[in-house]
Amino acid sequence: MNARDTILRRIRAATADAPPAEAVSRGYRTAGGAVRHEPGEDDLIALFAHRVDDYHASVRRVPAGEAAQAVGAAARERGLTTLAVPPGLPEEWTSGLTAVRLLRDDPPLAPGELDRAGGVITGCAVAIAETGTIVLDAGPGQGRRALTLLPDYHLCVVPADRVVRGVPEAVALLDPRRPQTWISGPSATSDIELDRVEGVHGPRVLDVIILGN
Amino acid sequence: MSGTFLGMPAFPVNAADAVQNSQLRHNLRRATHTIRDKRSRVVAEVPDWAELRSAAKAIKDAALRDLDRHLLRLEETVQAAGGHVHWARDAAEACRIVTDLVRATGETEVVKVKSMATQEIGLNEALADSGIHAYETDLAELIVQLGDDRPSHIVVPAIHRNRAEIREIFLRAMPDASPDLTDDPAALAEAARLHLRQRFLSSKVAISGANFAIAETGTLVVVESEGNGRMCLTLPETLISVVGIEKVLPTWRDLEVFLQLLPRSATGERMNPYTSTWTAATEGQTFHLVLLDNGRTDVLADEVGRQALRCIRCAACLNVCPVYERAGGHAYGSVYPGPIGAILTPQMRGMGTPLDDSLPYASTLCGACYDVCPVAIDIPEVLVHLRDRSSHPRAERAALRAAGWMLARPERLARAQRLAFRLRRLVPRRLPGPLSAWTDTRDLPDIPPESFRDWWKRTEGGTR
Amino acid sequence: MRVALFITCITDTLYPQTGRAVVALLRRLGCEVDFPERQTCCGQMHLNTGYRDEAVRLARRTKRVFGKSEIVVVPSGSCAAMIREHYPRLGAEMPRVVELTEFLVDVLGVTDVGAYFPHRVTYHPTCHSLRGLGLGGRPETLLRAVRGLELVPLPRADECCGFGGTFAVKNPAVSAAMCADKVGAVLDTGAEVLCAADNSCLTHLGGALRRQRTGVRVMHIAEILASTESGGAGRTAGLSTPEGAR
Repeated sequence: MNARDTILRRIRAATADAPPAEAVSRGYRTAGGAVRHEPGEDDLIALFAHRVDDYHASVRRVPAGEAAQAVGAAARERGLTTLAVPPGLPEEWTSGLTAVRLLRDDPPLAPGELDRAGGVITGCAVAIAETGTIVLDAGPGQGRRALTLLPDYHLCVVPADRVVRGVPEAVALLDPRRPQTWISGPSATSDIELDRVEGVHGPRVLDVIILGN
Repeated sequence: MSGTFLGMPAFPVNAADAVQNSQLRHNLRRATHTIRDKRSRVVAEVPDWAELRSAAKAIKDAALRDLDRHLLRLEETVQAAGGHVHWARDAAEACRIVTDLVRATGETEVVKVKSMATQEIGLNEALADSGIHAYETDLAELIVQLGDDRPSHIVVPAIHRNRAEIREIFLRAMPDASPDLTDDPAALAEAARLHLRQRFLSSKVAISGANFAIAETGTLVVVESEGNGRMCLTLPETLISVVGIEKVLPTWRDLEVFLQLLPRSATGERMNPYTSTWTAATEGQTFHLVLLDNGRTDVLADEVGRQALRCIRCAACLNVCPVYERAGGHAYGSVYPGPIGAILTPQMRGMGTPLDDSLPYASTLCGACYDVCPVAIDIPEVLVHLRDRSSHPRAERAALRAAGWMLARPERLARAQRLAFRLRRLVPRRLPGPLSAWTDTRDLPDIPPESFRDWWKRTEGGTR
Repeated sequence: MRVALFITCITDTLYPQTGRAVVALLRRLGCEVDFPERQTCCGQMHLNTGYRDEAVRLARRTKRVFGKSEIVVVPSGSCAAMIREHYPRLGAEMPRVVELTEFLVDVLGVTDVGAYFPHRVTYHPTCHSLRGLGLGGRPETLLRAVRGLELVPLPRADECCGFGGTFAVKNPAVSAAMCADKVGAVLDTGAEVLCAADNSCLTHLGGALRRQRTGVRVMHIAEILASTESGGAGRTAGLSTPEGAR
């Protein structure tokens, strides 16, 4: 008997006497469900900003029309000279970058080129307020997975209407067939004395711009 | 220290050594208390934690109940998305499959994401036997690998090392480390980044595990912090994932529960820095999924013990365990230490060796592990269940039988109580044999002249 | 109210003064106390050491002995937890079994039992009373109402003392290390008396406190709650015995 059949036979024998599986009761807060939370946390955007900040990522909130200025300001502060750009990123977001060379990932940049890029700018599919998480799903303006991995700096523009309350809302909106990267702050490790240190293999700096309200 | 757990003595012997190591105890105490406090804070801010926990338990139980069906569905969805699925009955078979897959690529070096399943099957050693070098890329795994050490924790395998020790290991075993390297954790992390950077960019084959495998969609999920996982999952042309059969979740939606429970339980964060999800041959990669049994179906067959398969490897039980804190992870003689290891290892390996027989007793049954377990594994219940199946020393069996006989009749108990008082002066201050373990550090209680039952009888319940 | 007392084998054999204190306390609060004399042991030691068959026999005989009792009071968090958590799995379900402080607070609705105990006391919530039964703050509430008593918090109170029944003998090194940390915490409080709701853990901690000649006495909570200004159980039970009786 091959391994597959053997394992399946073992499983069936092991569970033969077990009662049928019970229906899963989802008594927790599900997507769009009633919210029990602290007063003063009504504003999802403020909560998201606060939680991102907890990871030592910088957050700025700007009106919808001021993306270009905000991106430009971030680039100046970080002293960027090159910035990788995924296909489908709104042109307007990078329109203020006069002193920065844009590296368009179309056709795809080689890993070495990405590694040498000063940073990368993307949008996101969903952002989660309660956990301060941004999710990229390789959609327009987000790029393939390596794009936000190799450059040492990630600037993520989050349109306010992409911010949802919690993990259940995000899971409901996301398509599992697309590759996803959930990002909560810069890369970090707790492997040394369980003390959190920011910056290992992924980008060591994460800036978030929340666009509009 | 060596890289194997084989042939280790029983837990009490290992633990007694560890207790003497004050550096180890200091490192463990500091680390486990840090994470314990962080976990409590982030769990307390989730108002529906109890409901998430009971849903997680129910989802895992349902998945395990119909595991055959879910695995077949997973196989189908992974294949439909262009992936290849392999089945491995045991460690040797899994190692052989992975070795053959790597050989077929012509590569002799692979990068690895931290994975409990590959640790469990001894994959690195098996690959080395075939001339293939596996580079661990998780910082803690790197520390363990460079130090020719063994992992001592599920989430932070180098928890037994402090920063000064890690610096020494890097200086000794990392050729590109700067001699000016300090023991600042940020500097140590930077050294690991530089050490692995070029390897990430040039590797053609990666090996990973997975935290979850979604049957409905064929999606795999890896939860990590450093970005080494993303490097391995994204850059190489070939990805081989070795996944225990109990990792399957029926639906994509089930993730909304586990992605809330796991990070808060494991590292005390609201969310871990990076979670990657992919469905088979993503972005042009070649993808192989190796489904691993290796004793899991034996665990599944035990009505009480099967709940251990709900485990999502968060290690919260290790971080609160007073025994783990003092004995350290190596004493458990397995890649799965701590309370969960004490119930998982003997079930997966089968009992019979002195070490595996001693593991169910490596607990005071204090219950702290059950309290923090995000999938509500009643670890004390399983420990007690396994103790009943373990082999008992002859003297202990005789003593417990005698106690059972005495306690079966109140007259016998009363006679023994009176006899104990009469013979009290014959009891030495230090007891002989195994009972000396008690009197080495504690006085024995005085034996009273009259038991409660005799007092009650004599005074008619204190009324005379 | 008529209550049946399950005294537990360890208190019966080694700490009769705890039993006498429980009887005095319950009577003072207006209860009629029964002591079914056929009782012996709940079977916890056998179950936890891996002797399920013996445990089943003891569990079933305990259930038989208390079959007619309306409510059973147990002055041990550990034995009460054994009955509540494990008896159903051993085919010996026993309803209406309560630990002593649960009985006082939940059933009688009393928090001030009229005790007097002018000493500095720290309380160790034993694992089975804390996590098994979920006694919560009941014991401390009762202690705070005792006149003259100064209750000092025990650092890292929720950590196990390292007793664990046969664990103390099977894993002596770890048990002793845990005990040493707990003893250190007790000494840090400067308390004269260490109090708990379980004589088993107190045997372990009291044995270490006495071996180290710390002068700290250990007392079951019932002995403190039974103490009054006129003396009573507290005087005969704890403080007249030099070095504590454990």
